[in-house]
Amino acid sequence: MVASTLLSVENVTMKFGGLTAVDNVSFTIESKDLAAIIGPNGAGKTTLFNIISGIYQPTLGNVIFNKMPLKKIKTSKITKLGIARTFQNIRLFKDLSVLDNVRLGKHTRIAYNFFDGIFRTSRFHAEEAKIEKECDELLHLFKLDHKKYLSAKNLSYGEQRKLEMIRAIASQPKLLLLDEPAAGMNPTETKDLMELILLVRERFQIAIVLIEHDMKLVMGLAEKIFVLDYGNLIASGSPKEVQNNKKVIEAYLGAEISSNSNGETHE
Amino acid sequence: MEILFNDYTLNIVVITGIFIILSLSLNLINGLCGQFSLGHAGFFGVGAYGSAFFSVYYALNVPSQVNMVMAMAIGFIIASFCGLIIGGVCLRLRGDYLAIATLGFGEILRIIFMNTDQVGGPRGFTDIPKWANIYWVYVAVVLVTILMLNLKKSAFGRAIVSIREDEIAAENMGVNLFGYKLFAFSFGAGLAGVAGALYAHTQSFLHPESFNFMWSVIILVMVILGGLGSVTGSIIGAIILMIIPEALRFFGHDISSLRMTIFALLLIGLMLLRPNGIFGTFEWGEKRRQKQKLLALQASGEKSGGGI
Repeated sequence: MVASTLLSVENVTMKFGGLTAVDNVSFTIESKDLAAIIGPNGAGKTTLFNIISGIYQPTLGNVIFNKMPLKKIKTSKITKLGIARTFQNIRLFKDLSVLDNVRLGKHTRIAYNFFDGIFRTSRFHAEEAKIEKECDELLHLFKLDHKKYLSAKNLSYGEQRKLEMIRAIASQPKLLLLDEPAAGMNPTETKDLMELILLVRERFQIAIVLIEHDMKLVMGLAEKIFVLDYGNLIASGSPKEVQNNKKVIEAYLGAEISSNSNGETHE
Repeated sequence: MEILFNDYTLNIVVITGIFIILSLSLNLINGLCGQFSLGHAGFFGVGAYGSAFFSVYYALNVPSQVNMVMAMAIGFIIASFCGLIIGGVCLRLRGDYLAIATLGFGEILRIIFMNTDQVGGPRGFTDIPKWANIYWVYVAVVLVTILMLNLKKSAFGRAIVSIREDEIAAENMGVNLFGYKLFAFSFGAGLAGVAGALYAHTQSFLHPESFNFMWSVIILVMVILGGLGSVTGSIIGAIILMIIPEALRFFGHDISSLRMTIFALLLIGLMLLRPNGIFGTFEWGEKRRQKQKLLALQASGEKSGGGI
């Protein structure tokens, strides 16, 4: 299969008053890519996600998804086009059951109308049964099926992160944006998560872009890495290339004062 | 038996039914969608005055049942249209600000009734035909209840609840925030209009003061008492709030004169015991059913074993 450009971010700049959060950033994501965006705190990574998912309108520049410019398209429509995301601080529907959370992920795929819902027509029953079956499969894949009827707030932290991912995948996206999926996880959980992310890509054939601070996860998973610093894209490429990039090392560890550097770095 | 079934108690039962519809409709706006509205009595009044205006001036020469259905439809349409306009303006606001804006609009509606001579103005609107009775009211209660339960279990109800839970996440699930908020608001207003039509045609007299801000608060208390988002809770809340103050009249002069104080204390006590309302966000028995399902699931999971 020939990889085709799925998402292209073209010269995007985002200004909040006097602060430039994202400064003239361009990159492309191909279908089935597994990419990571890294950078120090406040580099503009989440802002970039918010621009792609339509929460912010960029001050300048364009985001093009599947040959369609996303300018002035509402977040809810963008989801329908095929971009799903998770959030840095988990945003589940806490009082709803695990199943309802996943069902809501399927909201854009509902194939019955309001009157079917009110009058409980056969189409309503058939569609709801189909949706529940699909949700069950997803929950089973992520080993959450035994917690189906629990309220989302009663799940453990790691399970909540998982559920947020399931909910995003339920919308059948072509591009999945994960904002710090491993935040707050212990090394074992992180390892599980890495396997899960690979599995998701294989099974659903989607592109995944993740923001992450855990370098083990980023270097182990991502094929492409984009490094942001103060809103600028300072490097991009394979994990190897990025690791040896001088600008990246400076951004993370600070510039060396003496000039006789050997480029040796410690993690 | 005569104490229990006379015109006075019958009228209380009728009004209780009307308030059940009102609390169910406010539950859609406030409980399920999470939009704090304090103008509900205004929509109630619009439905009452609108339908009464039709039946006093433009009633058709058809059986009263047909006219009553039309009056209810008119109550629904006018009130939901008002809800659409007011919601379109106010729903850009959130939380307390929305409450204040809807409160303002509710009062504007009341003042319009007060100053329109065709509907009696401050004298009240009299001689409205008595087309509806207790059967009309309770058939409507049953229909609205079924409607609400079905809506809550459909994808549209889930979308409305998701807005209450987390707006940003809801929008990211593809829920059109403003569209669903506006739908919940105007549909809830329309149902309040139906309650208004029933009120007008069972009482045959309307006065603007019946639709003032206090009534919005009382409907809100019904919803909160029953549990925000719970359909069965709203029904129970409405029944408790309508029946207790009346029932306290029957316990001798001492209690009767203190009945509002006792009522207030009862409310405070109930809210302290159950801060999330009687049922919380759940329906009657929903928690128990969920527990059973969970246990059944665990039992089957032990046999098959989950995983990838």
